[in-house]
Amino acid sequence: MADTTLTGTALRGRPAAEAGYWGFTRAQLLALGVMIVFMAVAPFFLYPVFLMKLLCFALFACAFNLLIGYVGLLSFGHAAYFGMGGYIGGHAAKVWGLTPELAILSGAAVACVLGAAFGWLAIRRSGIYFAMITLALAQMVYFFCLQAPFTGGEDGIQAIPRGSLFGAISLSSDMAMYWTVAAIFLIGFLLIHRIVHSPFGQVLKAIRENEPRATSLGYRTDDYKLMAFTLSATLAGVAGATKSLVFGIATLTDVHWAMSGEVVLMTLVGGLGTVFGPVIGATVIVTMQNYLAEMGAWVTVIQGIIFVACVLAFRRGIVGEIGNWLKVKL
Amino acid sequence: MSARGEGPVSLPRRGLLAAGAAAAALGGLPARPRAQANTIRIGVLTDMSGPYRDATGPGSVVCTQQAAAEFADRGFTIEVLQADHQNKPDVGANIARQWYDQGVDAIVDVPTSSVALAINQIAREKNKVHLNSGAATSDLTGSQCSPNTVHWTYDTYMLAKGTGAAVVRQGGDTWFFLTADYAFGHALQRDVSRFVEQAGGRVLGAARYPFPATTDYSAFLLQAQASRAKVLGLANASTDTVNSIKQAREFGLHRNMRFAALLMGVIDVHALGLDSAQGLLLTESFYWDLNDRTRAFAGRVRPRNQNRPPVMVPAGCYGATLHYLKAVADMGVQAAKASGVEVVNRMKAMPADDDAFGPGTIRADGRKLHPAYLFEVKTPQESRGDWDYYKVVATTPGEEAFRPLAEGNCPLVRS
Repeated sequence: MADTTLTGTALRGRPAAEAGYWGFTRAQLLALGVMIVFMAVAPFFLYPVFLMKLLCFALFACAFNLLIGYVGLLSFGHAAYFGMGGYIGGHAAKVWGLTPELAILSGAAVACVLGAAFGWLAIRRSGIYFAMITLALAQMVYFFCLQAPFTGGEDGIQAIPRGSLFGAISLSSDMAMYWTVAAIFLIGFLLIHRIVHSPFGQVLKAIRENEPRATSLGYRTDDYKLMAFTLSATLAGVAGATKSLVFGIATLTDVHWAMSGEVVLMTLVGGLGTVFGPVIGATVIVTMQNYLAEMGAWVTVIQGIIFVACVLAFRRGIVGEIGNWLKVKL
Repeated sequence: MSARGEGPVSLPRRGLLAAGAAAAALGGLPARPRAQANTIRIGVLTDMSGPYRDATGPGSVVCTQQAAAEFADRGFTIEVLQADHQNKPDVGANIARQWYDQGVDAIVDVPTSSVALAINQIAREKNKVHLNSGAATSDLTGSQCSPNTVHWTYDTYMLAKGTGAAVVRQGGDTWFFLTADYAFGHALQRDVSRFVEQAGGRVLGAARYPFPATTDYSAFLLQAQASRAKVLGLANASTDTVNSIKQAREFGLHRNMRFAALLMGVIDVHALGLDSAQGLLLTESFYWDLNDRTRAFAGRVRPRNQNRPPVMVPAGCYGATLHYLKAVADMGVQAAKASGVEVVNRMKAMPADDDAFGPGTIRADGRKLHPAYLFEVKTPQESRGDWDYYKVVATTPGEEAFRPLAEGNCPLVRS
């Protein structure tokens, strides 16, 4: 992509200070530090399995944010890649006996192929039509998972072994698994950040801001959108496959359309197009689902209230609003 | 709540946010473990907000508390916790792991097969107890059976046999199925067909409809009508069953066919109303108006249960919890807390007897045996009052109602 680099630089036109440190601003770097410290300390205070779930959903939301936050494409079918990644990862670990890293990679590979195929169809339209096409295709995946013999129907794939990382390090203890998941999340998070702040990412943002203009500058915008869609789907697949290994189960919940809605909610609550927004959004939503479980039906009511409050009062999401106050990009 | 709470905080940066989230998380923890060696902690993990809420949910909590209250003062205290698994296996698994790690000794209820199978694994891994009442899958005592699990109330095999064989004996010997097109529907149709044929009946055909999201059953119901079968078997669940029954009546199918709902409870009859539900055949293992003991039990539970009699799954939570507590008292709290397998073994060794299900036993594969009843829903004229819905048509004894031990392929039995 040599030509992209050249023209990408031309499009960028931002102050040099902002682009420093790996594309992180100083405030972002500080926030990243806080996040890493939190990740390192948290398992000693909080329940590791809960934290792993949180990290899986945070990665899923970040992958989704890559698409909606930076390309402006609202996919309403991301559960398909998340869930399919989970099923394939689980199947690979349980039936084919692959090691966890290979299982996750196979889940990611299938999500990638699925994302490329669905993206190729969906990017031909924009706005509500794009959202509806992705939703329709995701529903097809849901029905496939409901019927296909290997997914176990509504019982799901159960008792998926965590196995040993690289065939050597046993992941059966929660702590070992936690560090693996934390590493996967961090790699995914930094990768997304790198993508967004690469010349390629600049073109994506240009498409978000004004697609005809990007086209007039000579970019094949469809190719860029498809690439972003595929990357987002692949990372969602990584998150799904990791989650199925953490819990030892892969079920229909993860391919259901409600999951596609949940990831939209996480990203909106946290802040669209912010680096840390999806992480915070996922934290808020997953924490509520987990710790309010004893309150029964109120979980969904509270979730709804938060969503309404965010849409009415925090248009930019939690992180977006904070960034706006402090006048920094987070 | 966190979203609003964190907004006005004037101190900057994400660290606070993270700390806030952590604090919120810690603050919301369900009752921190207290190192009380003399307390038995029972967690009711159920559906408090989804489609199974009315058949399980708050009723299961009430009935578990009832069992604990009736068993009070035997030298140890009993604490009952509750949580909503939202029908999500990962939420359920997370709560279960956390509960078990924080000193919960037994998890009760767990409707939804996918969640139940997940908890089944965790209970085994942590050597705790899983008393299942709400899930239908017969895999819990079959290929995925566990020495830590007791499956109390019902399963798909019992429903299929209770309805399939018993209806044929009542003269309904030709069947047509309306089947939800997914694994559960197929399994139900297959199992019932087998029992119908074993009992000398014939299956004339089946119509499979797309699941979920089918609301108009007219094309499938007309096929059923054209088959001239005597019985319409509804191999589906919850709202689908209710909708298909209503529509079948609108088409007048009830004039020359009996409807057999293969998974339906008294709550659905209550929702449907006797006008639509009358004459329906269905199988359950508990009904509040069966005998003096069940009526006494229902009378005790009613005041706590919004003045409704308990339904089948909550009654199962009561029976299972009571029997579990008897086993704990028998072997001592310390020993019971130490090993879930030992408690379950003791439960299997002791004969069970409670007001809801009467005398029964627990088999080596974890299957509780008690009779299954084929009920017919009363007509509005026959019903004498509130919640008076069923009359008993046939009773299948416990040994026959459930899958024979040898057919389940449970690894615990073969070894």
